[in-house]
Amino acid sequence: MDQRIGIRNTKSVLFKGLIIFFAFVITIPLIIVLLYIIKQGITQVNWHFLTHVPAPPGEKGGGIANALMGSLIMVVMASIVAVPIGMLAGIYLSENPRTKLAYYSGLCVDILQGVPSIVVGIVMYFWLVKPFGGFSAIAGSVALAIMMLPIIIRSTEQTLKLLPDSLKEAALSLGVPYHRVILKVLVPCGFAGILSGITLSIARIIGETAPLLFTALGNNYFSTNITGQMESLPHVIFTYATSPYDDWHDLAWGASFILLLFVLTLNIVTKLLTRKWKIQL
Amino acid sequence: MSIVLVLVIIGVLITLIIESMPSIKSLGIGFLWGKVWDPVQNIYGAYPFLLGTLLTSFTALIISVPFSYAIAIYLGEYNPKGWLSDLLKNTIELIAAVPSIIYGFWGIFVLVPIIRTFELKIGVAPYGVGICTSSLVLAVMIIPYAASLGITLIRMVPSPLKEGAYALGATRFEVIRSVILPFTRTGLFAGVLLSLGRALGETMAVTMLIGNTTQIASTFKEIFFGPGNTMASVIANEFTEADHTLYVSALIELGLVLFFVTVIVNLIGKRIISKATNN
Amino acid sequence: MENTIVKAENYNSYFGDNHVVKDVNISINKNEVIAVMGPSGCGKTTFLRGINRMHELIPGATSKGKILLDGENVYDMNAIYVRYKIGMVFQRPNPFPNLSIYENVVAGYMLNGLKVSKADKDVIVERSLTSAALWKEVKDSLHKKGTFLSGGQQQRLCIARAIAMQPELILFDEPTSALDPISTSSVEALFHELKANYTLIIVTHNMQQAARVSDRTAFFYMGELVEFDDTKQMFTNPHDQRTQNYITGRFS
Repeated sequence: MDQRIGIRNTKSVLFKGLIIFFAFVITIPLIIVLLYIIKQGITQVNWHFLTHVPAPPGEKGGGIANALMGSLIMVVMASIVAVPIGMLAGIYLSENPRTKLAYYSGLCVDILQGVPSIVVGIVMYFWLVKPFGGFSAIAGSVALAIMMLPIIIRSTEQTLKLLPDSLKEAALSLGVPYHRVILKVLVPCGFAGILSGITLSIARIIGETAPLLFTALGNNYFSTNITGQMESLPHVIFTYATSPYDDWHDLAWGASFILLLFVLTLNIVTKLLTRKWKIQL
Repeated sequence: MSIVLVLVIIGVLITLIIESMPSIKSLGIGFLWGKVWDPVQNIYGAYPFLLGTLLTSFTALIISVPFSYAIAIYLGEYNPKGWLSDLLKNTIELIAAVPSIIYGFWGIFVLVPIIRTFELKIGVAPYGVGICTSSLVLAVMIIPYAASLGITLIRMVPSPLKEGAYALGATRFEVIRSVILPFTRTGLFAGVLLSLGRALGETMAVTMLIGNTTQIASTFKEIFFGPGNTMASVIANEFTEADHTLYVSALIELGLVLFFVTVIVNLIGKRIISKATNN
Repeated sequence: MENTIVKAENYNSYFGDNHVVKDVNISINKNEVIAVMGPSGCGKTTFLRGINRMHELIPGATSKGKILLDGENVYDMNAIYVRYKIGMVFQRPNPFPNLSIYENVVAGYMLNGLKVSKADKDVIVERSLTSAALWKEVKDSLHKKGTFLSGGQQQRLCIARAIAMQPELILFDEPTSALDPISTSSVEALFHELKANYTLIIVTHNMQQAARVSDRTAFFYMGELVEFDDTKQMFTNPHDQRTQNYITGRFS
């Protein structure tokens, strides 16, 4: 009996070792990727890089100013569309969980979340590019907004659902009309949670390329014209990485580094907001 | 307020309709198993891309599952709290946060040369890019999805159940094998489905690493280690060049297939999860 | 009968098909403290929440019959207006966590968008907090959030918040069941002072509390108003056998 227990114990310890190995080994690729991007990219980034447009192939120098501005503009536009709609939808879903409308919209939100980004891109092409005759930043922003919606809706809904009922009751018992209860009590109380959903969705779309391939495309020049083509960080990485020119490869590394920085910062902000929200609860 | 939401729904529905319309002009059901994709001669068969998508996704899935499960078991059972587990958890979330083009970009410059040398060793043409490379990168990218779901599910296993097993003299491994895993089996499967859904729809990293060819090689070894194409990547690569309507609608039909497959996989996964977490 | 402030006539409440409050007729006078007691599930809270129309907020909840506030049926009035005119204090203190103490007291005005000058607000805050016996304890921390207050203090803040609206009638739904004994007695002492200016209806599952604080007591059992009488009378010589059983502890 002792011998059997010994064997079983050994098996258990071996298993634990195996699990630990597999669990931690996976951090290696991530670390390699991050370190490589940082190493290649950080040497590229300087003031010139951030404020100039790319140089023609063969010439040294150039930068990603057009991509930075483009990403900024499109993210802002996407947020302007997605945040109000998403929050309203999330509020509706949290307040009326049992209606048919809620069931079907919840289903649609789940569907949207699963749709590959390239499919969103093609659809946007047919909605906003073809009929208007050309690629535009507007089309790109709408594509990005559609991708932001499921995240914002779900996080708003969950945040509000977590708020204690007593809050709503206290406000209602004071004779506050329903819409004011939502706008002036529930939303402010859940603000940190809702905001974390927004920052998370921004972190998600800032690196999305596929929806932009057929909508905003790219632009070698610095442009703020939202009805025309516009460059963006992920797109510039795609174009330059797959090009045959070494100078452009360098630009792509720098752009990757900047993109990574943004994504990491936004994720940290989201985490801090979530923590603050959980503490408040 | 609900009007706003109705718009959201209508939006999704219109999406579906618009997508079907072009494909109505398309080539019928034989499309799905046609093996030739030749825009010049206007022959379109989706088989190469279906093959590519399925191969990359399932390979990635198979590679990723041991890692996802290991992470889920480690963080769910062995070490649920503490600085080390927080660190690991954050790392996993970081993997999911990195945009896919960055993975693709890195893949081109770092992974591809490695794979090339490997391919020379095993006697295949050293493309470097291809199904194998894409699957590897895809595997890393989809680990977080099954892992984080798995962590939640494993933590949900009721203590009394585990304690009963321990009290009978079971070792930790045996408790995991006979109590925790059976209990979470359906939920973990759902996590795998979600990872699959993610893999099927992944575009950018795959596009950059897949090699973009529409031929199907003859031996499995050649298929696997050679270049290929997935539905997502062929759309990404050829959409802007598609000049005649049949070409375009063939691509759209691919998009439609992709849409249905990913949505169904995701919905099934989500349904299983909500059943598991409500119980 | 001009002294009647609240009157229920054939009032019934339902949760779906579940008939939880059966045919209640009761008449309450101004400046009275009324205790409503009974075992768990007897319908006392449901009845209370019917008075200020909070009951109907629950999906599937309906009611029949009349509740007259100063002669007018609340079910013919605008529900929000009814809640505005009647104050309510809940079982668990629920001050708004994102507002300061000051802001919590005047929340009824602010959330309704009513314009009140700073001077008037100051007056309201001081008066309400004083009536709730909380002024001295918080007057130097009015602009801090209320989360550092003890349970009893938070509950008194909620009372101040209700009083600030100057309702004639204040409803209390088991207001001290979540509080420790010391906080409980401070809130009970408050009832005695509030009586001068307000009418109080207090649902309680604590018989001794009912005996301590109220003028008249209503005993609910299985959805029916079994007995409604002077508190002293009810506790020494009740008319109904069920009341007798409850008081002697045959069921709680």
